Amino acid sequence: MKLSKALKWGSAVAVAVALTTACGTSSSNGGNTSNSSGSSAKKVEIFSWWTGAGEADGLQALIKLFQNQNPDIQVQNSAVAGGAGTNAKQVLATRMNANNPPDTFQVHAGAELMSWVDAGKMQPLNDLYQQEGWNDKFPKQLIDMVSKDGQIYGVPVDIHRGNVLWYNKKIFDQYHLTPPKTFDDFFKDADVLKAHGVTPLALGDKDTWEATMLWEDVLLGTIGADKYDQLWQGKLSFDDPGVKQSLETFKKMLQYVNSDHASLVWQDASQLVANGKAAMNVMGDWAKGYFTTDLHLKPNVDFGWVTTPGTDSDFMVISDTFGLPKGAPHQDGAIAFLKVLGSQAGQDAFNPLKGSIPARLDADTSKYDVYSQSAIADFKKDSLTPSLAHGSAANPGFLDAVNQAMQVFVSNGDINSFITQLKSAADQNPLS
Amino acid sequence: MSQNTPPAAGLPPVPTKRKRPWTWERAFPFLTVLPSFVAIVVFVYGFIAWTGWISLTKWNTLTPNMAFVGLKNYARLFTEFRFQADLRNLLFFTLLFILLCLVIGLLLAVMVDRKIRAEGFFRNIFIFPMALSFIVTGVVWQWLLSPRSGFNLILKALGWNPNHLPGWYTSTNIIPSIHWGQIQFGIPVALVAVVIAAVWQMSGFAMALYLAGLRAIPDEIHEAARVDGASEWKSFWKVTFPQLRPITATTIIILAHISMKIFDLIYAMTGPGAEFVTDMPSVNMFNTTFQGQHYAEGAAIAIFMLLALAVFIVPYMVTSLRKEGD
Repeated sequence: MKLSKALKWGSAVAVAVALTTACGTSSSNGGNTSNSSGSSAKKVEIFSWWTGAGEADGLQALIKLFQNQNPDIQVQNSAVAGGAGTNAKQVLATRMNANNPPDTFQVHAGAELMSWVDAGKMQPLNDLYQQEGWNDKFPKQLIDMVSKDGQIYGVPVDIHRGNVLWYNKKIFDQYHLTPPKTFDDFFKDADVLKAHGVTPLALGDKDTWEATMLWEDVLLGTIGADKYDQLWQGKLSFDDPGVKQSLETFKKMLQYVNSDHASLVWQDASQLVANGKAAMNVMGDWAKGYFTTDLHLKPNVDFGWVTTPGTDSDFMVISDTFGLPKGAPHQDGAIAFLKVLGSQAGQDAFNPLKGSIPARLDADTSKYDVYSQSAIADFKKDSLTPSLAHGSAANPGFLDAVNQAMQVFVSNGDINSFITQLKSAADQNPLS
Repeated sequence: MSQNTPPAAGLPPVPTKRKRPWTWERAFPFLTVLPSFVAIVVFVYGFIAWTGWISLTKWNTLTPNMAFVGLKNYARLFTEFRFQADLRNLLFFTLLFILLCLVIGLLLAVMVDRKIRAEGFFRNIFIFPMALSFIVTGVVWQWLLSPRSGFNLILKALGWNPNHLPGWYTSTNIIPSIHWGQIQFGIPVALVAVVIAAVWQMSGFAMALYLAGLRAIPDEIHEAARVDGASEWKSFWKVTFPQLRPITATTIIILAHISMKIFDLIYAMTGPGAEFVTDMPSVNMFNTTFQGQHYAEGAAIAIFMLLALAVFIVPYMVTSLRKEGD
């Protein structure tokens, strides 16, 4: 009797303690945040999905550089792993909508950044650009991709190229082929390869975006950069004959891909090219890192690259940028970090490690490998186009609808139905 | 009720009052349950209600838009190719998965129940896959049933024509292919590969439940059947099997709720598949909500899943509550 009474009292006290401490922690949390925002220059929270091998090293190099220049600011690295940024974007959306933004965050240039701008969550950075003299350090087309109505909202850090065709050099030498420049070249090469029992084009579209990416490169090569831009700005109808033609070419290409493409991801497709089972693969230039670092292949010996057919003077841009959200708790810290990100030293510290090229035009090319040097040269003169598959050309709702339509198109090849779905996707998710 | 029960012998009679005072003894149970009760009301039922509300709004962009649109999101959902494919896949996946798990589980349970040597060893072997995460199962079976590796290498070695190897989960065939709405209705061949993986993982669990059921049947009943001259087969069908009915019902409920919410296995093994032959509402919900940022439509899919599950669970809960009442 006594014992059970003691037990009851004990647990009642425990419950009471648990309740009060729960309140206590929440109130002391509130105290913490108000404290830290009072001394806002002392900290900066950096939000990204850079957790993979090269990119995490790049981020660390950036943070190190930042700490050297700002020893009094404490860095909080809030990188979220998984799903190629999908998880991070979800966490970001939750935090932004709860008015609890990180001080600065990773976002793709173009529509993805603009969705935050349109939501009224971002601060313009024109003063920072002015102050740092950045306006002529980045290509104008790239600054346009991070601007709206003359206001600049992001600092681009890196550039990846989407319209690259990788090929197995040994196979091409063996059958005396030249890398294709046009679609006709491509199909000629493909027929030769097919006749010799080599899969002409490797594709791994288990995650769908790989197929969407291949199509966007075909589309760009068919209708050209100007019309390509107009299409995503809602200024060109999807009924344009060029769109249909691009789908016909794309459909024909699909006849030359490996039959098990639906079960593979992009790395698997790169591997097919690497081990000689397939001759070509269209993938962004992160594939270079996979070829050289993971598969230990030598550029220009084991594998070569050209731009995808018809896109000789175009550069499909995938660019990570960082912006300044409204209500960032440590605004001074965030601006200090953006300064490092946009600086030549910052870009040259980050990009060689990630395997991307700098967004600035005045980078030290000696720090980059042979592929990146050629990409840097192209980046300066080509016209830049935003990638649909990577969220730069159109809003996420539209992209998701296109991916869904693509999931069906790769199998049934119904061009008219695909175009109808593009149109209804644009109706429901207006392009701008 | 308590007023009618006579006081136990040896104890002083409990004074009966209309209103008992709030003593520690009475308040204590409430206090201990209160935190978890509040937490569940807010974090489970509250959020279900919130999801239900979102599904009736216009929130199909990044920023919340709480304008009420009624059932518009639901109406749109049912006209979509992808969702119609999801309904078809959900139906056939659930049917095949439950049926095969029950049959194989029962078979294994009967075999293990034969008082064989090293019974514990076999039991554990069969139950073990259940200890794995669906992600692990998904990755393993993705390779086993990939057109390029796994089983197809065995088939090739056995002399199967290399040009006609099965495509497993990459196949877009649907049997029989009956045109219905926007989709072809029938069993997608690709889905069979997913069913194989799911059954491999969960049939051991069905076996465990059946084994417990078999052990609970008193030997006397079997004896009596044998004395009456029933054959082994007949005694199983007429005596044992009816006794297992409650176990079967429980197993079906548990398997149904796994199959209707299945996400990780699909995500790791096949993804939505070409023409959505292996898509499920949960995968669709995830894509729609977190990649397409169509929050209201995603919420509508979630509510649909809840209701579909309720069709199974509610009758079960009602009957088991009624039994408890008896």
